[in-house]
Amino acid sequence: MNLPGNLKYTKDHEWIKIEGDVAIIGITDFAQNELGDIVYIEVNTVGETLEQEETFGTIEAVKTVSDLFMPVSGEVLEFNEKLEGAPETVNQDPYEGGWIVKVKISDNSELEDLLDADAYKAIIE
Amino acid sequence: MKTTVFKDKHEAMGAKMVDFAGYYMPVQFEGVNVEHQTVREAVGVFDVSHMGEIWVEGPKAYELVQKVSSNDIAVLSQGKVQYTCFPNDKGGIVDDFLVYHFSREKYLLVVNASNIEKDWNWLVKQNEGVGAQLSNASDETSLLAVQGPLALKAMQKLTDEPIEDMPFYTFKVLEFAGVKDVLLSTTGYTGAGGCEIYIPNESGPEIYDAILEAGEEFGIKPVGLAARDTLRLEMGFCLYGNDINDETSPIEASMGWLTKFTDGNDFINRDYLEKQKQEGVSRKLIGFELLDKGIARQHYPIKDAQGQTIGEVTSGTMSPSLKKAIGMGYVKKPFAKSGTDIFIEIRGKLVKAQVVKRPFYKG
Repeated sequence: MNLPGNLKYTKDHEWIKIEGDVAIIGITDFAQNELGDIVYIEVNTVGETLEQEETFGTIEAVKTVSDLFMPVSGEVLEFNEKLEGAPETVNQDPYEGGWIVKVKISDNSELEDLLDADAYKAIIE
Repeated sequence: MKTTVFKDKHEAMGAKMVDFAGYYMPVQFEGVNVEHQTVREAVGVFDVSHMGEIWVEGPKAYELVQKVSSNDIAVLSQGKVQYTCFPNDKGGIVDDFLVYHFSREKYLLVVNASNIEKDWNWLVKQNEGVGAQLSNASDETSLLAVQGPLALKAMQKLTDEPIEDMPFYTFKVLEFAGVKDVLLSTTGYTGAGGCEIYIPNESGPEIYDAILEAGEEFGIKPVGLAARDTLRLEMGFCLYGNDINDETSPIEASMGWLTKFTDGNDFINRDYLEKQKQEGVSRKLIGFELLDKGIARQHYPIKDAQGQTIGEVTSGTMSPSLKKAIGMGYVKKPFAKSGTDIFIEIRGKLVKAQVVKRPFYKG
């Protein structure tokens, strides 16, 4: 299971990469594998400011649909438009090309709630 | 949870295993889309050993099967298979199943895994005063579905008996991969052609290996239940528990073609269903395509342009072949005509859809 050490994680199987005051968010390799072939990702919250744990979108696999949760509070700045035409990128490249949204972090203290790779690994094993 | 004799092989091939109707079954191997495509274009093998096999034998076999089955078994002869259902006595369906005609004193009924016990109890009850011999061979019988346009060509390598020209919905009992008395039928649940092979459990693993080896040059892959579902849904085939159940009638489900009101076919609930057919029903099972983005799932409401609920989704997925979101559901009769605009409520939002004819996938 691929778990890059430079990322943070949540119990909802999302990863977060911090770049200054921006968080780049996607789902983990474990999550994409559990979901199976992803066929549609819906995010219509760009421009909205959402609280930590609020739903910012949904991810549809062939068999199931799952909500996507804000790992931290903030404004949704951008949705990865490449995923509109190629949602399978999340299966193929979950940590790079398959990023889902960028969020402007509004409360740095929430970053302390995030898990490191080892703590996340303990959850999925 | 029950297991099939192929469990170790599935796990060795990296299958994702799940509990399905009380059986530990492979839902996916390499990925649902690639498995689906393999069946549409070449050949795939499914473990469907969870399906139930019930034998009806003896001088009263014909009488019992005719009584419980909505289709007319009088038209069958040795080697023929028929799709049908057990109507209950309240306008619903106990199960849908296949009838294999060996003789008028020997039939095999192949039923859904989730309904084996219910079907068995139903048959025992209906057999009171009839007196056919019933036996449940489900736990001793393994079943592999080899499906796809190259399936019969690949399987021909494993038997001397000619199978490539077998008409659809027929069967033979033959020696297959060195195992005697294997039942092979040109049936399936994918719309891709191919066959289903019934094997005594003890010969299951060796036959599975032989099938994979024979199919290798044709690109055979193991396929899981997830792709079985997308394949059947592209064909508009009903899935018991989703699209049909104890409360849906075969007439509502557009299964009138397997409900035969012919002379001598005095099946359970015939009068009620015949009246439904003549007078019409208030709801119909339809197929639909989503015109805007989203995927319909079971139990999502179906609405009209005014936002009034007119029905409910029973099955839905993204079609791997068509790259469109498709589904089935019941709607009030005036909305059942193909071309009708309807809306699927997806997480509080109305998404535009259109009633279309089934099958969705036309090859």
